[in-house]
Amino acid sequence: MLAQFLLSGLTIGAIYALVALGFTLIYNASHVINFAQGEFVMVGGMATVALSAAGLPLPAAIALAVVAAAAVGLALEKFAIEPARNASVVSLIIITIGASILLRGLASLVWDKSIHSMKPFSGDTPIAIAGATLLPQSLWVMGVAAVIVALLAWFFGRTLLGKALLATSHNRVAAQLMGISVRRVLLVSYGLSAALGAVAGILVAPITFTSWDVGVMLGLKGFAAAILGGMGSGAGAVVGGLALGILEAMGAGYLSSAYKDAIAFVLILVVLFFLPNGLLGKRSSERV
Amino acid sequence: MALSTLAARLSLAALAFTATAALAQAPIKIGAFLAVTGPASFLGDPEQKTLEMYIEKINAAGGVAGRKIQFVSYDSAGDAEKARTFARRLIEQDKVDLIIGGSSTGETMAVVPMVEQAQIPFISLAGAVVIVEPVKKWVFKTPHTDRMACERIFLDMRSRKIQRIALISGAGGFDKSMRGQCLNVAGTYGIQVVADEAYGAGDTDMTAQLTKIKGNAQVQAVLNAGFGQGPAIVTKNFKQVGLSVPLYQSHGVSSKEYIKLSGGAAEGVRLPAAAMLVAEKLPADDVQRNVALAYKKAYEARYKQDISTFGGHAYDALYIAVEAIKRAGSADKAKVRDEIEKTTNFVGTGGVVTMTPKDHMGLNLTHFRMLEVKNGDWSIAQ
Amino acid sequence: MALSPSLRGLAALAAVVALLPLAFPNAWYYEIAILVGINAIVCVGLNLLIGYAGQISLGHAGFFGLGAYASAILTSRYGWPAPAAMAVAVAGVALVAWLVGRPILRLKGHYLAMATLGMGIIISIVIVTEDRLTGGPDGMNVAPFSVLGATVSGEHAWYWVIGAALVAAVWLAQNLVDSPQGRALRALHATEVGAQVAGIDSAAAKLRVFVISAVYAAVAGCLAAHFSGFITPSKVTFFHSIELVTMVVFGGMASTFGAVVGAAVLTVLPQALTVFKEYEMVVFGAVMMFTMIVMPRGLVPTLAARFGKSA
Repeated sequence: MLAQFLLSGLTIGAIYALVALGFTLIYNASHVINFAQGEFVMVGGMATVALSAAGLPLPAAIALAVVAAAAVGLALEKFAIEPARNASVVSLIIITIGASILLRGLASLVWDKSIHSMKPFSGDTPIAIAGATLLPQSLWVMGVAAVIVALLAWFFGRTLLGKALLATSHNRVAAQLMGISVRRVLLVSYGLSAALGAVAGILVAPITFTSWDVGVMLGLKGFAAAILGGMGSGAGAVVGGLALGILEAMGAGYLSSAYKDAIAFVLILVVLFFLPNGLLGKRSSERV
Repeated sequence: MALSTLAARLSLAALAFTATAALAQAPIKIGAFLAVTGPASFLGDPEQKTLEMYIEKINAAGGVAGRKIQFVSYDSAGDAEKARTFARRLIEQDKVDLIIGGSSTGETMAVVPMVEQAQIPFISLAGAVVIVEPVKKWVFKTPHTDRMACERIFLDMRSRKIQRIALISGAGGFDKSMRGQCLNVAGTYGIQVVADEAYGAGDTDMTAQLTKIKGNAQVQAVLNAGFGQGPAIVTKNFKQVGLSVPLYQSHGVSSKEYIKLSGGAAEGVRLPAAAMLVAEKLPADDVQRNVALAYKKAYEARYKQDISTFGGHAYDALYIAVEAIKRAGSADKAKVRDEIEKTTNFVGTGGVVTMTPKDHMGLNLTHFRMLEVKNGDWSIAQ
Repeated sequence: MALSPSLRGLAALAAVVALLPLAFPNAWYYEIAILVGINAIVCVGLNLLIGYAGQISLGHAGFFGLGAYASAILTSRYGWPAPAAMAVAVAGVALVAWLVGRPILRLKGHYLAMATLGMGIIISIVIVTEDRLTGGPDGMNVAPFSVLGATVSGEHAWYWVIGAALVAAVWLAQNLVDSPQGRALRALHATEVGAQVAGIDSAAAKLRVFVISAVYAAVAGCLAAHFSGFITPSKVTFFHSIELVTMVVFGGMASTFGAVVGAAVLTVLPQALTVFKEYEMVVFGAVMMFTMIVMPRGLVPTLAARFGKSA
């Protein structure tokens, strides 16, 4: 039984990790918590379903859906965040809340209000591992998530653009003085974050279905994971996501399935009590 | 002089004629508050679509007793507070004659005191038995109660010699209410509930709960009381985890969408549902066959979507109301209420409805069919 | 004698509350006004926490719900008289806020947001799951509010009760803001370390305003429960917590009247937007975004700046 709980926890944890990474990207670039992050996840899944239903082969549908989501992310930055760049962080958060409502409303009009499933990438015969069962799609989820995390680490560590994003997150003014265009950095961050969210939504749709409002819960859990791991830390997002997924599965399996979400949140609160900046969060120093 | 009196009489007659004509044109106002968006949109969306479509049809055919129906509807998003506000708006601002609505039990119960005080007939589309037990003067409902669903399932289980079951339910009102009813009546049917698991709204993985159930050797069948996407995930996880005992669902999943979402995992699943899901498979002499087929064809043609029994509840409510208005000869709230209560042998999508002053739902287990999923489609269970 | 600006504002609010019913054609308008009033009371308290003290809470619907359910359960299931039930409910919520606030307020910024969000969600899960006590997701009936044999019922009576409560709430908030404690809060907002250097016990100040804002929410919750006669967990969700924060920010932080205006606009707007039918969500989201982009400080401060200059 432990094996089953672990495996299902890792699967959903990988999704939380991807969503949390999206939050982290945008937070690092602009110190904004993007409440519309979950909607990027939704656009990925729903667009793929719609494009497949229109006749496109799955890989093409996926590629187009990710591009579409990235476009939505870019639009959000260009038309909502940039005009309000001098507003307080709280106001920006409210703007993203408005964006989340707008995107959900658009989704229910452009597509529909039904729940949709997606064909798993490689069939749905369960694989038996250590007395537990695992869906092939779960392997895709975990595998692709791992690849993406590796790619992001390479991007931020080795490429100029990635280092520019990192620099901006550390100190925006200094980055500007070094000639980095903050505007471009912001655009790239939002676009990349949207693409990340979309990939997460596509990976998980064959297991959990997708619908116009699937983003709400996933966004909330991704945010919780990002905080748990330490907001602003990429590794923290991954650790937080996996930890949250496993906590939930264990809580449901061993304690009480009705209270599993409460258990997870209580544990997050306990962690924050001892580690006020999350598991891997940077100890921030306050300038007086 | 004769001319002027003639003119006077003619103009008086003309005045009276236009006055009555104007009165006769005054539309009948039917109001609705439905959960078109939000967690219960599974229910409210087909309800809204059904009401719109059929009110259009009725108006196109000349209306009810020469009067058109004016339809005012609001989206409560499954929120009981919003439902209350919209019900108040329908009663005070839009001044409707009758209300159909309350996709969920919470929304319905929140509105009951208001409706009783305003003395306006209200036909609810929600499931829980508390809506009509104890009976309230102005409140009626069309769907089978959740208790009836439990009873229908337990009858079938008993015929398959099942005695010990596991329950798994979600966090929604429908889920919890049905779970409560099943726990209450299980004993009467010789059924013992040996496991009781739960999942949250929006949960995407129930393998943990199902693994626990699998580990319990006593379990002979599993009953999933839920609606929305939860049951579909439960069904998929059920197969993934390798459970081989029978799985029963509730009428909360009575739409083909459930079969599609579950993929092949829904084969062999049984659930109680209204006849319309198997309309084509009904024998020719089945009293519901015509109504069910007509609804199915009309809805699928217009909306290109699978039918669900929830839309059927709205259909039943609308036509029960319309028949009552016809019999009452006016839209007077008290008269219409009395006529609704006198509904007898109304053939609807849910069954044959006969209401009494003590029974404001009018259905029994007779027309609540036990269905089984075979070859990716609904079939009547043997 | 010239009235101070805050007294002028209070008088204006009282005048609006007293005269507004003249414009109401039917009972539905009263109902909407009552909802506005209830939300406004919560927002005035929340604004003390967010706008003045510079903290954040994404879980205030939890306090609202706790107050509402406590009063509902005590009156309907245990037969307590309503005023006693309300007093105990509010005191209970204050205690919970005090206990929970001490560890939570050590966190800052997004971590505090998450902690309060988690707290709110935990409260709502407990309320939904313990259905034998709370009626679960389908909710429970609430006994009407009676004091000494007289029952408050009907929209008219409740309108005056809520209106009076709102005026009192605003008056209390203004007194707090203008007091030394209020100034301490604003110092805290500007720079916590600086305030501590100046001798302000920041932890105690934060905890005090957290509890006060929780009390505001609990009182509003009790009133809402008895007014509706029915209560469901929909008012305890994190959606509602976020709605409340949105109202405060939208109307203007660090502005008590901003909180009232924000509550009014965002409560009435969905009613007005029903005319857009299925486009309602899109329009609502667009209006929210547009207003915050154009008026990032919130409605009241922006309008006050624009029109105040010409005054």
